[in-house]
Amino acid sequence: MKLTKTLLATTALTVAAGMVSADGHMASEMTIVSWGGAYSNSQQQAYHNPYMEKTGVNIINDESSAEAVAKLRAMNEAGNVTWDVVDVVAADAIRLCDEGLAMEIDPDEHLAPAPDGTSAEDDFGDLIVSDCFIPQIVYSTTVGYRTDMVGDTAPTSICALFDTDAYPGKRALEKRPINNMEWALLCDGVAKEEVYDVLETDEGQQQALDKLATIKDDVIWWSAGADTPQLLADGEIVMGSTYNGRLFSVIEEQNQPVGMLWDAQVFDLDGWIIPAGLSDERKARALDYIYFATDTQRLADQSKYISYGPARASSAPLVGQHAELGIDMAPHMPTDPNNAKNTFLYNYEFWADYRDDIDAKFQAWLAQ
Amino acid sequence: MAALTPISRTPVSFYVPVVAAGGAIAGMFVGTAQGSTLLGILGGALIMATAAFLLTQVIKAEKPGRWGLLVLCAVAGFAVGGLPAGIIGAAFGWFFGWFSFWLYEGRYRAYLAPYLTPGQVLWHFSFRVICGAILVFLITPIIVVMPLSFNAQDFFTFTPEMLRFDPAGYSLKHYEDFFTNSDWQGALANSVKIAPAATLLSVSFGTLAAIGLSQPHVPFRRAIMAILISPMIVPLIISAAGMYFFYSRIGLQGTYVGVVLAHAALGIPFVIITVTATLVGFDNSLTRAAANMGANPVTTFFRVQMPLILPGVISGGLFAFITSFDEVVVVLFVGSAGQKTLPWQMFTGLREQISPTILAVATILVIISIALLTVVEMLRRRSERLRGMSPG
Repeated sequence: MKLTKTLLATTALTVAAGMVSADGHMASEMTIVSWGGAYSNSQQQAYHNPYMEKTGVNIINDESSAEAVAKLRAMNEAGNVTWDVVDVVAADAIRLCDEGLAMEIDPDEHLAPAPDGTSAEDDFGDLIVSDCFIPQIVYSTTVGYRTDMVGDTAPTSICALFDTDAYPGKRALEKRPINNMEWALLCDGVAKEEVYDVLETDEGQQQALDKLATIKDDVIWWSAGADTPQLLADGEIVMGSTYNGRLFSVIEEQNQPVGMLWDAQVFDLDGWIIPAGLSDERKARALDYIYFATDTQRLADQSKYISYGPARASSAPLVGQHAELGIDMAPHMPTDPNNAKNTFLYNYEFWADYRDDIDAKFQAWLAQ
Repeated sequence: MAALTPISRTPVSFYVPVVAAGGAIAGMFVGTAQGSTLLGILGGALIMATAAFLLTQVIKAEKPGRWGLLVLCAVAGFAVGGLPAGIIGAAFGWFFGWFSFWLYEGRYRAYLAPYLTPGQVLWHFSFRVICGAILVFLITPIIVVMPLSFNAQDFFTFTPEMLRFDPAGYSLKHYEDFFTNSDWQGALANSVKIAPAATLLSVSFGTLAAIGLSQPHVPFRRAIMAILISPMIVPLIISAAGMYFFYSRIGLQGTYVGVVLAHAALGIPFVIITVTATLVGFDNSLTRAAANMGANPVTTFFRVQMPLILPGVISGGLFAFITSFDEVVVVLFVGSAGQKTLPWQMFTGLREQISPTILAVATILVIISIALLTVVEMLRRRSERLRGMSPG
C-alpha cells in the first residue's frame, strides 16, 4: 500500500532528522534561566538582545527559576548541567552555594567596575549576600488593595491586613511563613528591631501564628506571583501581598482600580548564579555574559521595563522612564526614599537557620 | 414519534407546586447573584407558582400567555441588569411558560408507555435531568474559557463591559499575541514537530507489538504486554524522573530525539490496546489463505491484515498524538528550553503570568481537537458504510 510506505518513509526521515538536530550545546548557544512573564521580558530587552547583537550568541530562555534548586540538584546528580546562567532569589543562591552547586564569584575580577572607577564589590556593597550570588535587582513584597472596596479611608499601614473590621473581605497572603510571620508580629505590637529576636523563640512563633489565626478564615493563600494581581482584578479580595513589580503592572499598565502600600515592605534580592561544573568554554561565556549584563548601565536599563530597583548604587541615578508609558520610574522603585520610609530587610541568616522548623509549624497550622 | 398514552389535564395541586420548585431553583441562582439566596428561592417559587396559576386558570389561551410571560420576564430582567439579564429573563420566561402548560396539559405523559407507574415517570425525567446536569458539569469549564479568551483586559475576569455585551470589552488581542509572539510560535512549532514524529513511532512499534503479542506461540506474552503498557499505569512523574536520569547518561536529555522517544513510549500502550482489541475479531485463516496464494508475510500484512485493523491503528494513533500534544510532565524533565512545547509554555504562563493568551490557545486547541475527532469519526463511518457494516 502506497500510504503505508509513505508513512514508513516519513518515520525514518523524521527520526534521521531528529538525530541530526540533536546537537547538545553548540558553542554559539547559551541557556539562561529566569522567572518568565514581564520579568523575563525586561531581561530580554535590557540584557539578552544587546548581548546577542554584540556577540552573535544565541540565548535560549528557560522559565524554570521557581524550581531552580531542585533542577540543579537533579542535573548535578545526572552529571548533565544544561543551564549556563540562572536567575534566583538570594535565599536560593545561598542554598545552592552551600551545596556546591553554584560557582563562586570574585566581584572585582568577574564584574565590571562602576563608571567612576568604584570597584564592583563596593558598588554592590551589602547586597552581595553570598560568594556565589551576583545581585541584579532589589524587589519588595508589599500589599495592594482594591481602591473601590476599602471605603473612604484607604489603608496606609501594613496592619490593615489584620483589621477585618475596617477592611472586611478576603485577603491574599503567600502560602509560606516568610513575611507573614514578620508582619503578624509587627502588628501585634512587637518593635521592628525585635521581630527576629521574638521569632527565634517558640512563644514568639506561636504569637505570630495566633495573630495570623485572627484572619485565617479571610485568607486566600497564594503560591504564584501572578495570583494576587488576578484576584485583585477579579475583585475577589480586598487586599493581598505580592511583589511590587506586579502591583506596578496592575496599576500603571493595566489600569485596574488598585492602590498599593509601601509600609513595612520586605526587601529581597534577586540575581544571577553560574552553575558549578560547566565546561571551560561555557563557563567563559557565562562569565562574559554576567560581566556585560550587570554593568551600571544595563542594570539601570532593566528598570525601564519593570519597577525593580537596580542592585548597584551607581545605577540609581541612571534610572529613567518606562519604555512604553513614558512615566518616571524612580518614584516606583522600592528603594526610592519616599517609598522606603518604613522598610523591612529580609533576614537571610535567620531564615537559613529557622526556615525548616518554622515551615513545618506553619504548614501544620494551615492544616488545622 | 406518535403519542402512546392519551393525556388529560392535571390538578392545580400537582403542577403549581412543581413549577414552584423549578422557580425556586431558578430563583436560587438569581438570588445568589443579587446577594440573598434565601430571598431568591422564596421569590422564585412564589412568582413562578403565581404565573403558572394565572396562565392556566385565568388567561387559559396558551400562545399569548406564554409570549406574555416571556416578554414580562425579559423586561424585568432588563430593568434589573441590562441586556444580559434581559436575555436570561427571556429564557426563564420561555421555559416556565412551556413548563407550566407541559405539566398542566399532562403532555409529559404522552410519549411514555401507558403502563408506567408515577414513580417510573418521575424517574424517567429525573434521569434525563441528572444526565443533563452531568453534561453541564463536564462541559462548563471548557465553555467558560472561550468568552474569556476574547477579554480586552489581561486578566481571567469577566469585566463589567463584557457582561454588558459592550464590544469595547472584547478583543482579539490575545489571539494576535499567540500568532505574533515568538515564545508561543516557537512552542507551537516544537509541538507540531514532536507530536507527529512521536505518533508515527508509537503507531509503528505499537502495531507490530500488538500483532506479535496476539500470536499464541509467543512466550511470556502477558509479562511483555504488562511491561509495554506500564507507562500508562506508572505515575507519569516516576516515568519522567526515570527517563531524565537515563537520558542524561546517554546524551538524549534536552534533544528532540529524546522528547520524541519519551512521548513514543507514552503513546505505545494506547496503540497496543486499541490494535489488540481489533485483532480479537481478526480471522487468522485470512493470513494463511494469503500465504497459500503465494504472498510473503510483508505483503500479507500490508494487503490483508493492515486494512482490516486500520480503524484500531488510527484511533490508537489519535490517542498517541493527543498524549504527546497534551503532555507536560515528561517534556519538563526530558526536554530543555529548546524543546519547549505548547503545554509547557501554557504551564509556565499560568504560573508566572496569568495571561488570557493561554485561554486563546486553549480555545484553539479545543477547536482543533473537536475537528480532529469529527474527521476521524466521519472517516470511520464512511469506511463502515462502504463495507456495508452499518446502514447509516
